[in-house]
Amino acid sequence: MVRVDGPVRPSVIYKDIPFTENVNGEATLTDMRYEAPETLDAAVGLLAEESGVARVFAGGTDVMVQIHLDLIEPDLIVDVKNIAEMREVVEEDGSWRIGAAVTGKELMDNAAFNAAWPGVMDGVRLIGSVQVRGRATVGGNLCNASPAADSVPPMIAADAVASVIGPNGRRDVSMADIVTGPGQTSLEDGEIVVSFRLPKRPANSGDAYLRFTPRSEMDIAVVGCGINLMLDDGGTCTAARVSLGAVAARPLLVDDAANALIGTKVGDDAMEALAAAASAACSPIDDKRGTIEYRTEVAGVLAQRTAVIALERAKS
Amino acid sequence: MAKQYVNTTINGDSHELLCDPTQTLLDVLRDQLDMTGTKEGCGTGDCGACSVTMDGVLVCSCLVMGVEANGKSIDTIEGMADGDDLHPLQQKFIDHIALQCGICTPGLLVASKALLEENPDPTEEEIRYWLAGNLCRCTGYHKVIEAVQDAAREMRGA
Repeated sequence: MVRVDGPVRPSVIYKDIPFTENVNGEATLTDMRYEAPETLDAAVGLLAEESGVARVFAGGTDVMVQIHLDLIEPDLIVDVKNIAEMREVVEEDGSWRIGAAVTGKELMDNAAFNAAWPGVMDGVRLIGSVQVRGRATVGGNLCNASPAADSVPPMIAADAVASVIGPNGRRDVSMADIVTGPGQTSLEDGEIVVSFRLPKRPANSGDAYLRFTPRSEMDIAVVGCGINLMLDDGGTCTAARVSLGAVAARPLLVDDAANALIGTKVGDDAMEALAAAASAACSPIDDKRGTIEYRTEVAGVLAQRTAVIALERAKS
Repeated sequence: MAKQYVNTTINGDSHELLCDPTQTLLDVLRDQLDMTGTKEGCGTGDCGACSVTMDGVLVCSCLVMGVEANGKSIDTIEGMADGDDLHPLQQKFIDHIALQCGICTPGLLVASKALLEENPDPTEEEIRYWLAGNLCRCTGYHKVIEAVQDAAREMRGA
C-alpha cells in the first residue's frame, strides 16, 4: 500500500462522467488495455511490444491507487495472475519457491510455509488490512519499491533470490539488489519478477521481523527490522543477516549489524553492538512519521527486539 | 480499448457485462448494476467501505478491476439478507446501534461476515484486528465489536 499526498477529489464527480474527462475538463484514462496472459513468454512479449506506459499487475493494491490518484496513466496493464508459475508456493528439498503473484492471505493460509519462515510471515501479516492482504503480493510489495515495505526486510534477511524474466532472458537477482530508491528498482524495462527462492534452513535457525508504528494496524513503518540467524549446537551464532526498512532510501542489508552477532551467544554485549551498528547504518528522512534522530534511535532498539525473537525461534 | 466481455456471478446470480478496463469493480457494481449498497469511501483501499468478497476472499472492490471479475463469484451487501430476513449480523448491528451515519456499515457487515466464516468464535482482539481495514468515524467501534460478538454467539447457537 502506498499513501501518497496528491489531489484527492470527491469520488462523486466521477459518476456519470465515465472515463473521458473529469469535472475540471482534464482528460482521464480512455484507452488503457488490459491483458491477462497465461504464459511468461506472452507477458514478456506484451511488455516488450508496448511503447507507452505499461504496468505489471498482480494484487493491484498499489497500481490501482496510483491510477486513482492520477499518478500514472498506463496504456497497458498486464495481469500476471493467470501465469501458473507466479501463483505457486512450492517446497523443494527444504527450500521454498514463492510465486511473485501469491497473495498475502494465501501465504498466511500456508501452515508449512509459516512454520518454515515465521519472520517473513511477520512482515507479510503486517501489510495493509485483511482486504489488502486478500490481494496484495510479496512481488508487488517488492516492486512498488517503498523503502518501508514490510515484507522486504525479512525477505532480504532470509537471503531470498528473485527470479526475473525479461526480453533478454531470465536471471537471478538477490532480494537486496532490487529496490534502488523510493519507487525505483534495478529491473530493466519489460522485466517481471516471477518468483522468489528461499534457501533451505539449517537446524537452529530463526527469523523475525518487527516494525515500529504508532498504530498497530494499517500503518506504515517508521522503522522495520528483519533478522535471520543461525546457531551451532552450543548456541553460538554462526551466521546472521540483518535488514532495516524505512531508515534509508531503500531497504538495507546491514553487514556490520550481522557481524555484531556472528561468533557470539547473542548476549548483552552483542546486543549493544547490534544496536550501535543498526543505528549507524541509518540515513533516514525527516517526515511526519518520525525525525532522523528518532528513526536512528529506534532502529537500534528495534534490531535488539527483533534479535530476541529470532533467537528464541532459533532455539525452539 | 474496446470494452471487454465479463461473465461473473454476483450474489449467486449470473451477470454478463461489458466492462472498460478503467472501471473498478466498485464502479461496475454501483454505476452499471445500480447495486449501490457497496459504498465508496477513499477509493484507495484504506477505509474498507467498498468491501466485497471475490471467490470468498474479502477485498476492497475499489482496488479490483471490473474485468477481473470475469469467471469470479462476487458477494456484496445486497446478498446478505435472505429476502426480508436480515442476516444475524445485520440484526445485531441494529440491536446494538452499531452505526450512526451508516456509510461504513455495508463494508463492516461484509467484513464481519467473512470473519465469522473463518472464525466463528473470535476474541475482541481478533475482531478489532480483522476490522482494522474498515474505518468508522461515528461509532468509536465499541458497539460494532459488541454486535459482532453477539451475532457470533447467536450463529454458534451459544
